[in-house]
Amino acid sequence: MRASAPKYAPNDGVIDSAKAALGDMLVEAVDRVGEVSLTVNRDSLVAAMTALRDDPALQYQQLMEVAGVDYPDREERFEVVYHLLSVTKNHRLRVKVMTDEVKPVPSVTGIWPVAGWLEREVYDMYGVLFSGNRDLRRILTDYGFRGHPQRKDFPLTGFVELRYSEEAKRVVYEPVELAQDFRTFDFMSPWEGAKYVLPGDEKAPDATPAPQPEAKGAPTPLKAAEIAKGTEEKTPPQAEEPKTSDDTTKTGVGQPHPGNQPQDKPADPDVVPPKDGGQNQ
Amino acid sequence: MAEYVEELLEQHEPGQVSGDVEIQNYTINFGPQHPAAHGVLRLVMELDGEIIERIDPHVGLLHRGTEKLIEYKTYSQALPYMDRLDYCSPLCMEHSYVLAVEKLLDLEVPLRAQYLRVFFAELTRISNHMLNLGSHVMDVGAMTPNLWMFELREDCLNFFERVSGARMHSNYFRVGGVHQDAPLKLLTDIADWLDTRLPKLFGDAVSLVAENRIFKQRNVDIAVVSREDALAWGFSGPMIRGAGIPWDIRKSQPYDVYDRMEFDIPVGTRGDCYDRFMVRVEEVYQSARIMKQCLAEMPEGPIMTTDRKVGPPKRGEMKHSMEALIHHFKLYTEGYHVPAGEVYVATESPKGEFGIYMVSDGSNKPYRCKIRPTAFSHLQAMDFMSKGHMLADTTAILGAMDIVFGECDR
Repeated sequence: MRASAPKYAPNDGVIDSAKAALGDMLVEAVDRVGEVSLTVNRDSLVAAMTALRDDPALQYQQLMEVAGVDYPDREERFEVVYHLLSVTKNHRLRVKVMTDEVKPVPSVTGIWPVAGWLEREVYDMYGVLFSGNRDLRRILTDYGFRGHPQRKDFPLTGFVELRYSEEAKRVVYEPVELAQDFRTFDFMSPWEGAKYVLPGDEKAPDATPAPQPEAKGAPTPLKAAEIAKGTEEKTPPQAEEPKTSDDTTKTGVGQPHPGNQPQDKPADPDVVPPKDGGQNQ
Repeated sequence: MAEYVEELLEQHEPGQVSGDVEIQNYTINFGPQHPAAHGVLRLVMELDGEIIERIDPHVGLLHRGTEKLIEYKTYSQALPYMDRLDYCSPLCMEHSYVLAVEKLLDLEVPLRAQYLRVFFAELTRISNHMLNLGSHVMDVGAMTPNLWMFELREDCLNFFERVSGARMHSNYFRVGGVHQDAPLKLLTDIADWLDTRLPKLFGDAVSLVAENRIFKQRNVDIAVVSREDALAWGFSGPMIRGAGIPWDIRKSQPYDVYDRMEFDIPVGTRGDCYDRFMVRVEEVYQSARIMKQCLAEMPEGPIMTTDRKVGPPKRGEMKHSMEALIHHFKLYTEGYHVPAGEVYVATESPKGEFGIYMVSDGSNKPYRCKIRPTAFSHLQAMDFMSKGHMLADTTAILGAMDIVFGECDR
């Protein structure tokens, strides 16, 4: 590792001792970017965590963090990621379980009381349920908030905004109204064939071209009423699925666009191809 | 109205002898706007007389959705959000973030940049502790030390301004190094300050309270936390050291050039508020020690990685090199793409373990950036720590926790 990130005890043997301690509770164990991640069965999470804490070869005494991650493409879309720390072995470990909106994850509050708030936060942000957490209220969002803001399909701007109303003499909630559309810039090469409709491209196929300067002696240009206006109601074609990631498998970057390849060029009778294919081939 | 009066009368009915007063637990609201709440904390407290039975902290009043915002920003655009988390120790927040991205990129950072980062992270620790120690003593009734320590904090902020251009939200660290080199005059000025003003003024301020009878009465044996509790409740930083566990990420999992530094880890013996206070006091001296070593050892050299795909070119170079201009344009519009993967990088911020769990999908924006705040775990322990203590102890317990809501609520 060339980066100067925190250096803790090496990962050697951690996966083996985890396999020995967890047995068939362990689904997958990987060592990537210098960090060990274990994926465990959701139903046996509590037993697995207890083993990780109490096994003399592992000794992960502290639960530092519980994070949710949303992968909308997956069947079980949420990952709940636990970060454990061993202060005696000086090692960190990541434990993951998969779940969806309805299947509850067993709570680890019985092992680490600190999990109480951490699970509340994951519930608040993602709507993941934790069975056994006796205080599963919202924690970071507003009183009476609806929705789970960290989900990838939750818009960045949210749905409601609040302001102090001079008439009502209190804070009122209103549907969010943006003075300007939210601008997301797409940094994936558009000419390499993105599979979704690019913002601004929705008008391209059927838009009426702007009136061109007429040649001399041409008939009278269109009357104002005949010109298609941009303000007219037109339903823009919707992308098949909302864009939630710039992942290359979703955007199709790197894949050739049909019609953009050398063989797709119309044959030009005036061009004689050089025998060896030319220096650009 | 008549019904209400009847109701009231009925309450007094059930067989009470005159002179007996039935005492009930009552609930009071502490905050969200309270000077000792250190921000916007609302505590719903259940009291039995003046004894705390239960505390239910309500957080999230400063929630700004930082993690969500970061998912829509490139890696370099997301960096200034870190300053706004714990606005009392901005550079230590940035430190975790840049280290996390560098770990994903597997990027080597020039030695001088590593020294500068450690140097200014320690200055941040001093300025954070000045604020916390000062407000802690003010919460329990002393005024003067706070004013003196704010003097020192003001000095720190001036130093930050001289190196980065901003007093509080410095935005000084960069993925691959730091933004600009520190001028020699600044480094010598800080060295003078470390030798003269800091030990004198800070020593004076602490001497007013450290052995003070009232201060000790307010802090000793308040909110005692055992080692087992400290581990189970996810404590870190001065909180876990105050409980007697010598755990410091700078020492045990060194990052940047901390493995070259010589410093000691102060630990508490009883695990009460006074220990936490004194651990922080000693940490200030240890930070000054680290800073002096940095000044003595810091080599000359580049302060930004030479990898042009991550580090932007120099301004002057851009004026006559087309290649540099292209790199500048690409880095400040598109940014750099970070290889897919996930890391959890935690550093020792002045308040404890501040971690970044970064998931990258190979694009130029983080897929997920989970921030592990220190205050979240500590504040959760507020309930068991203050059980059985007096109402007035709440402020001492809160002050010794060192909580900043920008970070707790994100």
